Amino acid sequence: MTNTKGADGRSRARETVLAAGRGLALAVVSLPSAVLCLCLCLVSMALIPIGVGAFTTPYVVKGVRAYADRRRALAERWGGVRIPSAYRPVPETANPFRRTSALLRDPSTWRDLRWLPVDMTAGFLTALLPAVLVLYPLEGFALAAGLWRTMTAGPYGAYGPYWYGFVPVSDQATAFGAAALGAVILVAAPRFTGRALQVHFRLTEAMLAPGRAELAQRVRALTESRRDAVDTSAAELRRIERDLHDGAQARLVAMGMDLGTAEMLVDKNPEQAKELLAQARHSSAEALSELRDLVRGIHPPVLAERGLGDAVRALALRLPVTTEVSVDLGAGRADAPVESAAYFAVSELLTNAVKHSGADRIWVDLHHEAGRLRISVTDDGAGGAAIGAGSGLAGVERRLGTFDGVLAVSSPAGGPTMVTMEIPCVLS
Amino acid sequence: MRVVLAEDLFLLRDGLVRLLEAYDFEITAAVESGPELERALAELEPDVAVVDVRLPPTHTDEGLQCALRARREKPGFPVLVLSQHVEQLYARELLADGQGGVGYLLKDRVFDAEQFVDAVRRVAAGGTAMDPQVIQQLLARRAAGDRPLGRITPRELEVLELMAQGRSNAAIAGQLVVTERAVAKHTSNIFAKLGLEVSDDDNRRVLAVLAYLDRGAAQTP
Repeated sequence: MTNTKGADGRSRARETVLAAGRGLALAVVSLPSAVLCLCLCLVSMALIPIGVGAFTTPYVVKGVRAYADRRRALAERWGGVRIPSAYRPVPETANPFRRTSALLRDPSTWRDLRWLPVDMTAGFLTALLPAVLVLYPLEGFALAAGLWRTMTAGPYGAYGPYWYGFVPVSDQATAFGAAALGAVILVAAPRFTGRALQVHFRLTEAMLAPGRAELAQRVRALTESRRDAVDTSAAELRRIERDLHDGAQARLVAMGMDLGTAEMLVDKNPEQAKELLAQARHSSAEALSELRDLVRGIHPPVLAERGLGDAVRALALRLPVTTEVSVDLGAGRADAPVESAAYFAVSELLTNAVKHSGADRIWVDLHHEAGRLRISVTDDGAGGAAIGAGSGLAGVERRLGTFDGVLAVSSPAGGPTMVTMEIPCVLS
Repeated sequence: MRVVLAEDLFLLRDGLVRLLEAYDFEITAAVESGPELERALAELEPDVAVVDVRLPPTHTDEGLQCALRARREKPGFPVLVLSQHVEQLYARELLADGQGGVGYLLKDRVFDAEQFVDAVRRVAAGGTAMDPQVIQQLLARRAAGDRPLGRITPRELEVLELMAQGRSNAAIAGQLVVTERAVAKHTSNIFAKLGLEVSDDDNRRVLAVLAYLDRGAAQTP
């Protein structure tokens, strides 16, 4: 019985010290970091009217976001408080003014800004409290052990008694009083250190968690991308139906008629029957090749058989431009719809590069890291590609949007063009 | 000639069996899945295997993988791979070991029974039979990317195409309705323009052509 009590006490003491240490670390880091971040943000934003701010703001905001994400991670690891991060992607390639204005329109930027002053005041205090609860009693004991002499002697004496909490320390007796108060605080500390730290993380959560308006906006975006996806797939089905009807189906009908006529003619006019049979065979070959093209347009055979990496390699082999493909997806495969979207996006980009860029070399890089499929297509062509209404790139962007994927284009006039895509997905 | 056949669609398998039997092949086994094919190849030791790329149980490229494994175990073991679609990627994998006795054809090629049977015989004898589609893709790519092919005349290109498919000079002469000597002249011109050494060995000749086209396509700056 006493044993478990001892073990209990020890683990409790360890938790208390741990909370105090973490709180101290948080307090020491958060105060200067928050002050620095806030100052940089304010200065950078104040400089936007004269232009300089437009160049610095994206970097500052990105830094603040990285810092806030770090604190989110700590809140989860140390306090078990999960704070979702809901930043909109920073448009990497647009000009600085557009990037800055996109960042300033993102409510999460302003939420970060509101969080910083709270973090440097209330956040700092709640983080410091656990450490104070553990360290302050030590001062009480030190006073009783003799420190009171130093604190009340010499020049300090002129200011009257030394206050430890509400105990005025002026001699050994009152110093013992301070030690007693320290002991009381120390006994009470384990009850409060953990809670104080928890309060700190809850405060961070209250300031950093995305609000309802943002969630509503997210729902709107999802509704829109779902409608796009449904529209696209409906159009795709109509195209397939039309292709089948006008192509393979018509050829098979013609073939049937040829065979019927040949059957009738086989005795009367074997020569003509033979001709019709040859024509029927030709029709069947044509129908097959049309079906093959159709299938390739819906779901390329190599993609079904080998997955994204080899499908892109096979695609590269069919291009008239030398194309290097590097793949790092391990043995895993993404979900079929994601694979398919990624494949057709790459296919579109390669077609664009071949048709418009005048490049004589293309590089494709596929890899998966941190839960995202990253694909870049680079060519050494003339550049000048842009995402605009009606361009193929806008279509690719919409297609990726269905999977929360994003697309960035870097294509200065004179080249080279680099298109990067990111799709969140898991490999299995 | 003893043939092992692997094709999962019953109608096609049945048709292929009948076709090959009509041309006096001995079908030692007609199987419908990868594992069965593997067993048949190990136990029956056929002269040639005719294999569909996509086979159960995975319905991916199981047949191709079986064929490649069989050739790793028995280098040069003749395999003719059939597919609903042909991809350079797969053609390269089949040719990669540099041994003869491989074929890779679109399933439609069975429409022309004579040519199909000719391809099976050629593969069984250690030659190659590459689908015209693969060759055309290679040539188109090569022509777009590099100069030397530009100096080749249209007639020579036709000869090159047939040669790359694995045809002998006699067969090419028959197909183009010219004399064998004319074909021989074209081929020596082609070899000279491509910088290839003249060789009597049909199979080596094809591999040399393919390797050259391939390398050129990959290295074009």
